[in-house]
Amino acid sequence: MKAALRSILAKSTIWLPYIWLLIFFLAPFLIVAKLSVSEPAIAQPPYTPTFDFWDGPAGWWRAIGQFSFYNYIFITEDSLYWKSYISSLQIAVISTFLTLLIGYPMAYGMARAPRTWRPMLLMLVILPFWTSFLIRVYAWIGILKKEGLLNQFLLWIGLISEPLTILNTNTAVYIGIVYSYLPFMVLPLYANLERQDFSLLEAAMDLGCTQRQAFWKVTWPLSMPGVIAGCFLVFIPTVGEFVIPSLLGGSETLMIGRTLYDEFFQNRDWPVSSAVAIILLMILIVPIMLFQRSEALARERER
Amino acid sequence: MNKSWTGFNITAVVFGFAFLYIPILILIVYSFNESRLVTVWAGFSTQWYVRAFENEGLMSAAWVTIRVGLVAATIATVLGTLAALALVRHNVFRGRFLFSGMVYAPLVMPEVITGLSLLLLFVAMGMDRGMTTVILAHITFSMCFVAVVVQSRLITFDRSLEEAALDLGATPARAFMQITLPIIAPSICAGWMLAFTLSLDDLVIAQFNSGPGATTLPMKIFSQVRLGVTPEINAICAILVAAVASGVLVASLTMKRQELRRQRAEQLAAQA
Repeated sequence: MKAALRSILAKSTIWLPYIWLLIFFLAPFLIVAKLSVSEPAIAQPPYTPTFDFWDGPAGWWRAIGQFSFYNYIFITEDSLYWKSYISSLQIAVISTFLTLLIGYPMAYGMARAPRTWRPMLLMLVILPFWTSFLIRVYAWIGILKKEGLLNQFLLWIGLISEPLTILNTNTAVYIGIVYSYLPFMVLPLYANLERQDFSLLEAAMDLGCTQRQAFWKVTWPLSMPGVIAGCFLVFIPTVGEFVIPSLLGGSETLMIGRTLYDEFFQNRDWPVSSAVAIILLMILIVPIMLFQRSEALARERER
Repeated sequence: MNKSWTGFNITAVVFGFAFLYIPILILIVYSFNESRLVTVWAGFSTQWYVRAFENEGLMSAAWVTIRVGLVAATIATVLGTLAALALVRHNVFRGRFLFSGMVYAPLVMPEVITGLSLLLLFVAMGMDRGMTTVILAHITFSMCFVAVVVQSRLITFDRSLEEAALDLGATPARAFMQITLPIIAPSICAGWMLAFTLSLDDLVIAQFNSGPGATTLPMKIFSQVRLGVTPEINAICAILVAAVASGVLVASLTMKRQELRRQRAEQLAAQA
């Protein structure tokens, strides 16, 4: 009796989180998938279910016959949606590249800093990661506004004669993304660069490489795993980003996270927003799988 | 080695950190601005802090956020730790593949999708949206972060310590409570802190799953920001930043001190 109780208790380490995730993670997804093939309706909740789990297998079969791909067809027909997907991907690619451009020299400099400073520098990169994302994005509004501090500064040094419009444009979105996701890029790069054997670089220079050649022939190829990890860590969350485009972006900024949100809260079209979510997920599955494979490969190599 | 700490490297590091910190510093500095215009400096004043504390909407939102964060982080830590134990200790069990997938997926899931899908679940279950639904949603995504943090510690944990306790006659429960738990405790604390700050910070998921009377602070800030930047918001943001930063600093210093003490104890033990 006691042993049986103990084994149930021991198994609860698996079952408790397992059941929780089944209810609150997997089930919601199945509902989204189901809703994406339901007809929209003017009701509360605003859709007509095409599928009831409790109908039994015969009912399920009948329900599959009633699946409506109307929402998906609607998405391909309305240019707003596919333009949002394409422009999200475009913004994500460009801002990932910009983040790499700023993050790489920074991580490189940190890895070459005096050894005693490095833990403090690392802490300083991690600290913004803990402070609120929303607040860090909000801080840029006061800077980028027309009468904001950046314009005041540029006018003061005489670089421009008229204030620039930066807030509510795509430029502001790029700045916001690079700023928010910079730690995600710097951390894996730093971890990689810090471990690199410095004597390899010296060997390359002894063999006649200039400093620049040695960097491109030794350091850069060796840092590839860090570059790949950093780029994925920035790219994947950026595609579905909502806060940055809605606070810093303007009407020209189409990003799918924002489109989904507006579709849900303003148009109250639940089936279409579910279909938008399913397609977004299918787009993201590819980079997520690639990322996990490259991480697994990196772990193998370390062994 | 110091030869490589060249001008270029110093510039890159200084520029990077300036970029990371100047916006936050500006936010804090201008929260002490006398003027209502956020971008014009008119002298030092703490009036916006007073106003923020007098603003009932902001304060009740802050209170909701703290309660949600405490409850969600605590439950998420328990569930996340159990999930980490399951992942590390049980290599083979039915549905392990699905389980590990469900633990890692929320880490990379766009927030709009997590928010939307949980809302649809709550509607399907006939639950009214409010504080409970926000707490359930926060537990779900933050437990996965806790699981990853605790798991990385458990992987390096030397199981022979626990086996020794078992050999010496401890029950499995006692061995776990007296050996394993104290050793992984720092990572559990780190997991709790991460879960708490994630909950404190979350806007999108709360926006989908919250109902009347359960407006969290990020939701309040977001709706105010859409109307324009106000010094009160600057003040409340400055308080939040200061609270989180000092919390993280204190925690990491304590952990470092414990680590040093443990190393010293190990050295002493080795000498004896």
